[in-house]
Amino acid sequence: MATQTSQLDVARELGMNEQEYANVLKILGREPTGTELAMYSVEWSEHCGYPRSRPLLKLFPKTGKYPTRAEGEDAGGFALTDELYVIFKMESHNHPSQVEPKQGAATGIGGILRDIFTMGARPVALLDSLRFGDLDSDIGKHLLAGVVDGIQFYGNCVGVPTVGGEIYFHPSYRDNCLVNVMAVGIADTALLATSKGKGPGNPVLVVGNRTGRDGIGGCSILASHEFSEDDEKRPTVQIGDPFTEKCLIEACMEVLQGDAIVGIKDMGAAGITCTTAEMAAAGGVGMDIDLAKVPMREEGMEPWEIMMSESQERMLVVVQQGREQEVIDIFEKWNLNAAIVGAVVEEQVLRIRFHGEIVAEVPSLSLAESPIYYLPAEEPAWLAKVHATDLTVPPPTDLNTVLLRLLSSPNIASKRWAFRQYDHMVQTNTVVPPGAGDAAVIRVKGTDKGLGMTTDCNSRYCYLDPYVGAQIAVAEAARNLVCVGADPAAVTDCLNFGKPEKPDRFWQLKRAVEGIADACRAFNVPVVSGNVSLYNEGPDAAIFPTPTIGMVGVLAHVEAHATLAFTAGQIVALVGETRAEMGGSEYLAVEHGLEAGYPPSLELPRELAVQNFVLAAIQQGLLTTAHDCSEGGLAVTLAESALAGGVGVQANLPAVDGRMDTALFAESQSRIVVAFAPAQQAALTALAAELGVPFTILGATGGEHIRLTVAEAPAIDLPVTTAADAFTGAIAAALAE
Amino acid sequence: MKFGVVVFPGSNCDADCHYAAGNVTGQEVRYVWHEERDLSDLDCVIVPGGFSYGDYLRCGAVARFSPVMEAVVTHAAEGKYVVGICNGFQVLTEAGLLPGALYRNDHLQFVCQPQHLRVEAIDTPFTHFYKPAQVVEFPIAHGEGRYYADPDTLAALEANGQVIFRYCTPAGESTAEANPNGSLNNIAGICNETRNVLGLMPHPERRCDRLVGGTDGKKLFKGIVESMMVRAISMGHR
Repeated sequence: MATQTSQLDVARELGMNEQEYANVLKILGREPTGTELAMYSVEWSEHCGYPRSRPLLKLFPKTGKYPTRAEGEDAGGFALTDELYVIFKMESHNHPSQVEPKQGAATGIGGILRDIFTMGARPVALLDSLRFGDLDSDIGKHLLAGVVDGIQFYGNCVGVPTVGGEIYFHPSYRDNCLVNVMAVGIADTALLATSKGKGPGNPVLVVGNRTGRDGIGGCSILASHEFSEDDEKRPTVQIGDPFTEKCLIEACMEVLQGDAIVGIKDMGAAGITCTTAEMAAAGGVGMDIDLAKVPMREEGMEPWEIMMSESQERMLVVVQQGREQEVIDIFEKWNLNAAIVGAVVEEQVLRIRFHGEIVAEVPSLSLAESPIYYLPAEEPAWLAKVHATDLTVPPPTDLNTVLLRLLSSPNIASKRWAFRQYDHMVQTNTVVPPGAGDAAVIRVKGTDKGLGMTTDCNSRYCYLDPYVGAQIAVAEAARNLVCVGADPAAVTDCLNFGKPEKPDRFWQLKRAVEGIADACRAFNVPVVSGNVSLYNEGPDAAIFPTPTIGMVGVLAHVEAHATLAFTAGQIVALVGETRAEMGGSEYLAVEHGLEAGYPPSLELPRELAVQNFVLAAIQQGLLTTAHDCSEGGLAVTLAESALAGGVGVQANLPAVDGRMDTALFAESQSRIVVAFAPAQQAALTALAAELGVPFTILGATGGEHIRLTVAEAPAIDLPVTTAADAFTGAIAAALAE
Repeated sequence: MKFGVVVFPGSNCDADCHYAAGNVTGQEVRYVWHEERDLSDLDCVIVPGGFSYGDYLRCGAVARFSPVMEAVVTHAAEGKYVVGICNGFQVLTEAGLLPGALYRNDHLQFVCQPQHLRVEAIDTPFTHFYKPAQVVEFPIAHGEGRYYADPDTLAALEANGQVIFRYCTPAGESTAEANPNGSLNNIAGICNETRNVLGLMPHPERRCDRLVGGTDGKKLFKGIVESMMVRAISMGHR
């Protein structure tokens, strides 16, 4: 009995519960060894096995308007042409970044890149969706500076442009920042790789970096539990080496040109455990592995440590028997390790040896099939109170000051401080760089096509209504794509939520997933990949529910694209309509500290009509300027386009409910500001009428002032330079304080 | 005429240089692996940007010891052309082909942005298609681009007209505000005394296509091809 008790204690320390331990006993018919226990603990953790979120994820559509690959591999994607596949995925590295921001963010980039190139796709773009606590707090500044440093350290070195993303600040992220990184790659469809380990007798290789003690238990302990007061979790964070990653990219691209590789998989969370178990399970086979043959960074590591290590820049590769040497030669050319550590076996068992001793012997399918938990969901009681909050505020007296405060609020202010530290031009494909459009656009060399890409989520909306908020995240991502001229093609998502065992947190997750699923069906876009990050809680509370949406779209002719910048002599119009919807607005949060009410409404047919109009107009060459209305409303949208173009604007905004602040700052959905040459006005008006889309001329660009009226009454008059100072300098100034 | 683009482990602008040189000029381009020693088929060697060998010691400090750099030094000594861009510029200074050094940016941050430059000398095989004092825009993307040389070297560079590109405002003024990294005398690019080796921090290969930001870099690649042809003819006459 004594030993059983101690093994259960070990299991608990590894993050397992009693039921899971009992399951292991049942599967093995005996007490597990320490190594086996470690293996089950990582594979059944939320981070690897998704035991709590898996039932919900089945709701996502897996097919859409483009041919799709959405399941069974490290990342998914869609067919761009008959010959080319776009592969992409977003992943979180939240807890590692909170503990050690530079390495946490850096290894997040490394991991998501490997998910892309392990499929034979060359990474062509990175985006980062970041969320921190208040920017005026020391911890907020420390985390922002550290995370941005980690992104530039890793991303710049590997030669993949960081073309987009978002940065938000809110106190709910103070003890648990969010670092969601997205990578996009392009593969020759004929050379797409798989992660299936097949063919008994085929050798199994560990390639890339050596294995050390870093990151042990990163996924089971760090990522699958909330933070508490007295945590000492630094040793669970991994260390990144972007130079080795760059060499690994080139070596993998080279080796995958041939047909010697049977299967290949990135060693991310749970390292060798995860890759051996999942490759064997996917191939319906087993593996016999000798850990003594793994290239090590340090001496004296225990077998369970080797199995759990999350040392970066490693891959597991199954090679056709007899072709080992040509594969090893390619990796050695790039100064990378490539060691045969075992072989595929017919029997569905994962047998792990270490210096002649069998340290683990488990059914290979059992690790990959984690238990499923159907958790209770319950609408939080506090939500009714939040919804019932009176949002009546006194009308502002000085609207110029309000606009300047919004433009300099960290959530709206220019993120140039961050993106000028990222190489966003390497690979010479960047058509619309960061800050220039609502989404990034890259060209695809060898075709006349382009790809638009964006990440989006307004988590305040999701806090007020996770279903509507998640739908808006999908709608805004699609809207951002059409604003650069890209047809939305497919989605990846990163579901950042609190502890799922708490029914209110799980309700948020459930409602958000339902919202994403319904919105994706409306846009006819599949969810091709994604990631779930739960347990995002500090000692006091959970984060705002944050279902980050990453979306990629297609520009059939990349020449026909748009940016958000006004140029002098354009006519400015609003597509869509403003409604009296102030709930969840940045205006109420910044000016009145109010985060309450309901988020703006979203009617998917109206949204689709607005998007179809703008996309068609850009594709037909009628429009070259488009900018979606989001945080800060119409006034901020107009100001941002003026600042991007360095030109003034005079616009008269339609009255809504008799209040100027509503007309200027309401965040009603399904609105896009467009600007065009006067000669195009007739064609655009006709197209809008044909598609049944509200199309209102607001004014014109020119001069050096932003002059806005509401129903002809003067509201705002600011020199462009004054607004520019507020908008561009805010983040750097806050960090310098 | 043939370009070679050096590939160190960690180079990341090699494909961009290969694409730009080939696409703009229609000439042959091949990659040169860092262990190669024979460059006799090449007329111009491009040492591209990136993080050669990871640049963990000091930018370009390890790359200079590679076999290919011995061959590049010989190639330059024969009067053939060498262009080092960004990390390639750092490698050329480490290898002694160009004077001075590239230090960490004065603001200590990596900086990636479009950058205006004034063409300071057009009597080189690289810049003869530009107009005197023409303002061009090539982007920069580096953490260690602050040009430094000792006062004597700096004076000699200026006196000999070896400063080829200088950071400037859109109007062409070399002010402190226009200096993105603290380089001495706003220096963005220099050549050697014999004017056949060019090093610059900005990326001309990123400005060879209107769709991705502009075409100011094209004249540099076209200029090299014309110079290579003239050189081939004159060598033939000898």
